[in-house]
Amino acid sequence: MYNILEKKTLSEVTKLLVVEAPQVARKAKAGQFIIVLINDYGERIPLTIADYDRKAGTVTMIFQEVGKSTVQMGMMQVGDSFKAIVGPLGHPSEIENLGKVICVGGGMGIAPVYPIARELKEAGNHVISIIGARTKELLFWEDKMRAVSDELIVTTDDGSYGRKDLVTAPLREILEGQPGQIAKIWAIGPAIMMKFAAATTKPFNVPTIVSLNTIMIDGTGMCGGCRVVMDDGAKFVCVDGPEFDAHRVDWHNLLSRMAFYRSEEQASVQRWREGHECNLERTVEDGVT
Amino acid sequence: MAELTKKERMKIPRHDMPVQEPEDRVQNFNEVALGFTLDLARMEAERCLQCKEPHCMEGCPVQVKIPEFIEAVRMGDMIKAVQIMKSRNNLPAICGRVCPQEVQCESRCILGKKGEPVAIGRIERFVGDFALTKKTFGVIKGPSTGKKVAVVGSGPAGLTCAVDLGRMGHDVTIFESLHTPGGVLVYGIPEFRLPKEKVIQAEIETAAKALGIRILTDHVIGRTLTVNELLTEHDAIFLGTGAGLPMFMRIPGINFNGVMSANEFLCRVNLMKGYQFPKFDTPVKVGKRVAVIGAGNVAMDSARCALRLQSLRAKANGGETGAEVHIVYRRSPAEVPARLEEVHHAEEEGVIFDFLTNPVEILGDDKGTVRAMRCIRMELGEPDQSGRRSPIPIEGSEFEMKVDQVVFALGTNPNPLVFFNADGLQRTRHGTVVANQETGRTTMKGIWAGGDVVTGAATVISAMGAGKRAAADIDRYLEGELDW
Repeated sequence: MYNILEKKTLSEVTKLLVVEAPQVARKAKAGQFIIVLINDYGERIPLTIADYDRKAGTVTMIFQEVGKSTVQMGMMQVGDSFKAIVGPLGHPSEIENLGKVICVGGGMGIAPVYPIARELKEAGNHVISIIGARTKELLFWEDKMRAVSDELIVTTDDGSYGRKDLVTAPLREILEGQPGQIAKIWAIGPAIMMKFAAATTKPFNVPTIVSLNTIMIDGTGMCGGCRVVMDDGAKFVCVDGPEFDAHRVDWHNLLSRMAFYRSEEQASVQRWREGHECNLERTVEDGVT
Repeated sequence: MAELTKKERMKIPRHDMPVQEPEDRVQNFNEVALGFTLDLARMEAERCLQCKEPHCMEGCPVQVKIPEFIEAVRMGDMIKAVQIMKSRNNLPAICGRVCPQEVQCESRCILGKKGEPVAIGRIERFVGDFALTKKTFGVIKGPSTGKKVAVVGSGPAGLTCAVDLGRMGHDVTIFESLHTPGGVLVYGIPEFRLPKEKVIQAEIETAAKALGIRILTDHVIGRTLTVNELLTEHDAIFLGTGAGLPMFMRIPGINFNGVMSANEFLCRVNLMKGYQFPKFDTPVKVGKRVAVIGAGNVAMDSARCALRLQSLRAKANGGETGAEVHIVYRRSPAEVPARLEEVHHAEEEGVIFDFLTNPVEILGDDKGTVRAMRCIRMELGEPDQSGRRSPIPIEGSEFEMKVDQVVFALGTNPNPLVFFNADGLQRTRHGTVVANQETGRTTMKGIWAGGDVVTGAATVISAMGAGKRAAADIDRYLEGELDW
């Protein structure tokens, strides 16, 4: 169960895994997420579903190696398996034919925005996509995004590829250049990017959806660790989201909550990197992968 | 052993169970109560008067044949004791540890009228542990009926229902949303009260294996599959999804860092074994001054976990803790809903109780982390609908309490996820499922429910009782003895 069937290295720190999870693939829709658990020692972490194949019974996840779990996942190989993959969780994106829409994917956000763009396109929308990353090396899926978009703009922060800009710059230009024509915007990426995307679109009063990736444990509404403050009170990202109206999110609170375990995360990844040889032994001894 | 007279039996004092000393146990997550030895269990069993009309059984939600199993223990016939126990209760090692015996079986014991009741719970636990270590399940699967039943949730209600149905010969599949079965027994109740591998996993695995019960983890009903989809492939469904949705107070500041639900804190500690971070990957923070709001069993569990984490962390850092854990409760000691034994253990371990105190606001620092809690003193007024005297704020009594972690243990509601696309299931305004108290039948044909999802947060054993009654009704329905 939950075997890795395919692995791709999208950049030095960005990996793609195609994993056997038929019960998730059967139901998955754009915008939903899964919880993955590597082994008996692991933590449950939420990842957005980058793609799924109902026939093959697989889900595709893309992640950047930032914490201990993602670093460890990056070292997993075809044939290895996860202890748990749970989902699909959260509400699917509300896909309908709205006319002209913008899909913004920043960094890792390209992965979750791809199925949304694809479904929006299939629903008949004119899809303008903006994807960006810090540097060329971190960009991925340009071809896939191009295939599901009517227009595609690529940016890098350092100008190593595409336009030298943040994703918010072309976003603003389109909104200024085509007033009243954009029906809805999806902006997915690091929290700070989503915060600025929200600020960019607010003056134009265009409905903007963000997909939040907060800290959570069960992913089913039980722990409440994922709660996000909206203008009408707290919501749980796992069951009320993960998509929210960007203009109603308390970004300050969100960013501070996401940083709460940073020191533990750093200590953990440090410890893993330094001693992963002996950790591997531990895993082998205990008969878990 | 020569037979004792009734008078002699009544003279034997109730036997205490060996426990870890408070100063030792706050340094670890090992079980606090160590259990009877065979000698202790047999000596305690000698106290039972073998009443002709035993009232103790009336106090048991699953009607364990208490005098019979105690007599078997007294005679030293443990195999027989296990068989008698398992004829009614398949999970005695769990029940022996977490049932509130003092308000159930033991409260009805005739010995309790003048002295102390027979320690039924402690003997039950001994029988359960004997069965686990000796691997004598004592139950066999009935002849196959060919009927398929889906049990949603593997907590006390679901497990009990599944095991009973398995014994009746039905083909049972349990659907569990988490990665490990046990429900609240695993994520809620701490290791030091209910060991996870040794007791829960062992008791579940033994039962599932003996009865051919499939357990599908990682299945969130409502998302991975819906109730309606389960209905197409099963002859009956039992919903035992519990009450997992945490409640927060509606006061300012509840979203500061360091403010969390007891569910989150306990999930990190128990389910994810965060107390062993970084050996286990899930981190759990503990403050120097922790306030747990509420005084139920979950509050006691949270407070005692916090104490242990403080001690362990201090030990690792080579310093004294100087740390405090407070239980903040708006009523008085008389209204505390937790089991007496849990309160007693928490007190022994150094938890500080602030009664008649209610938080009105949580205050944070400039980084968005909790730094204090503004509280108000309360006094007790007239009894409310529940019969408890309701607390009233004392005007002008507000004060600030310095805290760096706040854990809300105010109770839980049923998780609505399972009801997705199951509109035929009628629910109350509290979010609980409407179900017949005796049979567990819901408003949707072929679906039964029991435990916290019907009653709201209650006890492990009452959930087990509901699971048991539902199993009996499901069996009669599947065998064609009863119509819907």
